[in-house]
Amino acid sequence: MAQLSGTSVSDSTQEGCSASGCGGSQDQLAHLPEHIRQKVHNHPCYSEEAHHHFARMHVAVAPACNIQCHYCNRKYDCANESRPGVVSELLTPDQAVKKVLAVAATIPQMTVLGIAGPGDPLANPERTFETFRQLTERAPDIKLCVSTNGLALPEQIDELCRHNIDHVTITINCVDPDIGAEIYPWIFWNNRRIKGRKGAAILIEQQQRGLELLTERGVLVKVNSVMIPGVNDTHLEEVSRVVKAKGAFLHNVMPLIAEAEHGTFYGVMGQRGPTHIELQALQDRCAGDMTMMRHCRQCRADAVGMLGEDRGDEFSMDKVERMEIDYAEAMVQRADYQRTVEANRTAQAERRGETLISLASLKRPVKESRPVLMAVATSGGGVINQHFGHAREFLIYEASAIDVRFIGHRKVDLYCSGDVSCGEGESVLQQTIRALEGCEAVLCSKIGFEPWEQLERAGIQPNGEYAMEPIEEAVAALYAEMVASGALNRAEAPQPMRISA
Amino acid sequence: MAYQIIESCVNCWACQPLCPTEAIYQATPHFLIDAKRCSECEGEYADPQCASICPIEGAILDSLGEALNPPGSLTGIEPARLEAVMAQMRAR
Ligand code: SF4
Ligand code: SF4
Ligand code: SF4
Repeated sequence: MAQLSGTSVSDSTQEGCSASGCGGSQDQLAHLPEHIRQKVHNHPCYSEEAHHHFARMHVAVAPACNIQCHYCNRKYDCANESRPGVVSELLTPDQAVKKVLAVAATIPQMTVLGIAGPGDPLANPERTFETFRQLTERAPDIKLCVSTNGLALPEQIDELCRHNIDHVTITINCVDPDIGAEIYPWIFWNNRRIKGRKGAAILIEQQQRGLELLTERGVLVKVNSVMIPGVNDTHLEEVSRVVKAKGAFLHNVMPLIAEAEHGTFYGVMGQRGPTHIELQALQDRCAGDMTMMRHCRQCRADAVGMLGEDRGDEFSMDKVERMEIDYAEAMVQRADYQRTVEANRTAQAERRGETLISLASLKRPVKESRPVLMAVATSGGGVINQHFGHAREFLIYEASAIDVRFIGHRKVDLYCSGDVSCGEGESVLQQTIRALEGCEAVLCSKIGFEPWEQLERAGIQPNGEYAMEPIEEAVAALYAEMVASGALNRAEAPQPMRISA
Repeated sequence: MAYQIIESCVNCWACQPLCPTEAIYQATPHFLIDAKRCSECEGEYADPQCASICPIEGAILDSLGEALNPPGSLTGIEPARLEAVMAQMRAR
């Protein structure tokens, strides 16, 4: 078996998640027709709320790629990387199936299996479809997902639709070949390498045709786009408009990850990624009447578990080979688990309803209490239950006089653990504070004295008062405190505040 | 006449399924081309398939030992620029 240790491959570099797209919260999905909501209800990636309860996994069966993206590099290997496109173990379809059954038997939260690389799943049709064929038969309760650059999509649609697939993710970074030429140096098409604008034009045409064909058949399509400042950042609004018009059901704009040590074209050429603020602003501009996905974590192509955690180590192939699995029994347990979650969710939703009413009853004129961004440290379960210093990512919420909205999350050490390994010279705490730019409060279960002081100095109020409480209620309550104390009467927020989509 | 894969190959699998003569095989530490089978795609395709999809500059050589995808030809990164950035990183 080939080892793609720490190797990041092709298009999936930025979309490890495709299989499992990233969704807006359940409320934000309210505008979708009922049959679509059914499809996303238990999907950790499509539904922000579902991702607190359900798990997904990716299997790395698809090594080859048929295009080159400037944000991907297959040869450079940084031991500290945990980012999309990076896998540690390439699997055969048989191994992948074994692993899926083992995980689904161990983690009852597992609802979704995705193939997202490390290359392009549809550039490896035999391996991808063999995996799907076996799973359709042996694990009929698991949803299948696929994420693709779209080049081979139109030709593969019939085969794709034969499986237990509700949605497909296409990475579409542009609809203009001139911009495409700056992102894709070449594609492999009809047995030749085609470079530059001509290659990009073919890729764009295939992606758009694939999107149309899928929506015609009622398959949900999520579009991922990588925001590349100065290349496609202004163009992505146009992309959003076009793909929505053609029926894409969600658009997920993700930040470019480009570090010189990744050895990608963009990394080496010093192309910067967007700031959190720029990304948020673009997501808002793209939003229109459609929810943007904001909780995407750009997972690895072999991630296992709940979003934001990776239990891949527990399921290395040698461990899986030693497990004994009674899948029929596991299916029963899974169904039980899902019923319990369902009951809890209904109860939670009812409680949330009450919160919203009490918040609205503050009866403050909207302009007096501007919206505020808050960061939350959580290890899952929808409650504030993580020590500030243990958080590897923060969920970002916007509280306003009207409601509490999930905005996205910010990782603090995902791309590369800079200071230790790559000599960036910035402490982890400084990195974290920079990642929280624009937030005015951070809620966590506990926090040490030093970070407390430094956060305050940076204008971010630490708060440990709401430990173990449900996130949205705590954010609403803290916002109410801030309003009552007059803290929000200060005219200006630290930076221009976002307008609700 | 035959091509060969050298150590810069990253085992990405892209070339292997495309070879019309099944000359490419998985090996350790990297994929190899069976010289007896490789036809350089003569009579099959206008372009050698392995070299047309390989993403790694310099990984596949022709029968004269020349890289089919020379430095800079695929990534668009000038070799000098790449060297400078790599040197900078090594210095850190
Ligand atoms: S959250 Fe992860 S698994 Fe879901 S779509 Fe995003 S990257 Fe994929
Ligand atoms: S040149 Fe053609 S025949 Fe030779 S190894 Fe490459 S793909 Fe196979
Ligand atoms: S395409 Fe290139 S890098 Fe990939 S396996 Fe073949 S020779 Fe190696």
